[in-house]
Amino acid sequence: MPRYSIFSILSNAFSGHRRWTPAWRDVKPAAGYDVVIVGGGGHGLATAYYLARIHGITKVAVLERGWIGGGNAGRNTTIIRSNYGLPGNEAFYEWSMKLWEGLEQELNYNAMVSQRGVLNLYHSDAQRDAFARRGNAMRLHGVDAELLHRDGVRKMAPFLNFDSARFPIMGGLLQRRGGTARHDAVVWGYARAASALGVDIIQNCEVTGFVHETDGAVIGVETTRGRISAGKVGLAVAGHTSRVAGFAGLRLPIESHVLQAFVSEGLKPVIPGVITFGAGHFYISQSDKGGLVFGGDIDGYNSYAARGNMPVVEDVCEGGMALMPMIGRARLLRSWGGIVDMSMDGSPIIDHTPIEGLYLNGGWCYGGFKATPGSGWCFAHLLATDRPHETATAFRLDRFATGHLIDEKGQGAQPNLH
Amino acid sequence: MRIPCPYCGDRDAQEFVYRGDAAPRRPDSEDGMFDYVYLRDNTAGTMREHWYHAQGCRIWILVTRDTVTHRIEGAILARDAGR
Repeated sequence: MPRYSIFSILSNAFSGHRRWTPAWRDVKPAAGYDVVIVGGGGHGLATAYYLARIHGITKVAVLERGWIGGGNAGRNTTIIRSNYGLPGNEAFYEWSMKLWEGLEQELNYNAMVSQRGVLNLYHSDAQRDAFARRGNAMRLHGVDAELLHRDGVRKMAPFLNFDSARFPIMGGLLQRRGGTARHDAVVWGYARAASALGVDIIQNCEVTGFVHETDGAVIGVETTRGRISAGKVGLAVAGHTSRVAGFAGLRLPIESHVLQAFVSEGLKPVIPGVITFGAGHFYISQSDKGGLVFGGDIDGYNSYAARGNMPVVEDVCEGGMALMPMIGRARLLRSWGGIVDMSMDGSPIIDHTPIEGLYLNGGWCYGGFKATPGSGWCFAHLLATDRPHETATAFRLDRFATGHLIDEKGQGAQPNLH
Repeated sequence: MRIPCPYCGDRDAQEFVYRGDAAPRRPDSEDGMFDYVYLRDNTAGTMREHWYHAQGCRIWILVTRDTVTHRIEGAILARDAGR
């Protein structure tokens, strides 16, 4: 695989850009692999990459129903952060953040990781206390967090509606190391790096069932491109986890919901980092191309239709107008929906299933993008060693039965409230 | 989405609160409580689900809806379905 560098760009420029080769090999499925990963999104590709890179397991296939970058990897709002409050979450997301920080050198791919800061605004004394507590929890895990007062926020983002009668901005919790990354480049980078290590990336290959041993263990998958046998099968199909796990007879603590996202026409730089509204559900950043990328709540009803309805569009835009009225004259360029796994406690699952040979990575709710490197790292660790990675020990499938829930919002078993 | 409330007629889905799949039934004993609270079929296709008309008649209704297309096939009062 040719290495990307300033010199490769220059030499290709001089040859009229006719000598670039495909970033990863297009292969036909082999008869069998040591590990088959179902789902060629960020998590699946990262898993395959770390299996090969860290654990030396290179007989790995990633099966993708559509094309690389065509699922939720291309539908998120590209935010990366590790500003969680609960012990089960924080160590994991911080590990993921650390992997983001070295990702481009590691993959030799420009993923446009930009640590431009994530600022959560607070609008009341009570919310300040809650944010201070979360910031302290982060700092106890060695993660950067700063509690800003009103003046600190005003210096960063003078355009905000500070004196809103209902929700005045009193300050914010800032994680400077948070930011954004180019979502497509993340999957392309992982695909290219994994392919170079020998991983087979197989697109247009939908899994339609599992192959079982007589004792029930999973020893392969049935696909639209034939049967593929496997030592172990890992699912990384968030959004459709219930459907695919259902082929093996599993029922999961997950519902599929639709989450919408929006982008405006391109504007000159106006928004310095990621800003979230504490009195409604609204978050916004500006892409390097200039579009304002923003979103809010999930629609709130079970859905597999990657599109949402108008009430949430209205709600998100109202949140934006309440927070930063200056965006009111920007025109909306596009909006879209993605299907997310909403788990019963709002936290993910990286664990064995009760079925031998079948491993599960899912339940990412609407927070899967930032977890991409960490999720791949920890799922690869589980697949290779049969033990959870030390930062992901809490993401057990049986925690719902044992009561060890990781409910960051404290909403209980109601997926559309997380 | 517009939901045909049996009492109020066709109304915007925004007036309703969503509860989810109507299939799980509360078990009589503690056995099966885990299934009831946490496990879901998460159907891709036609699903019967509970909605509450919070900004209308304030009645719980049972809506039959396709989760893949968002097409709504009909709605009845939840109490008429014995729920």
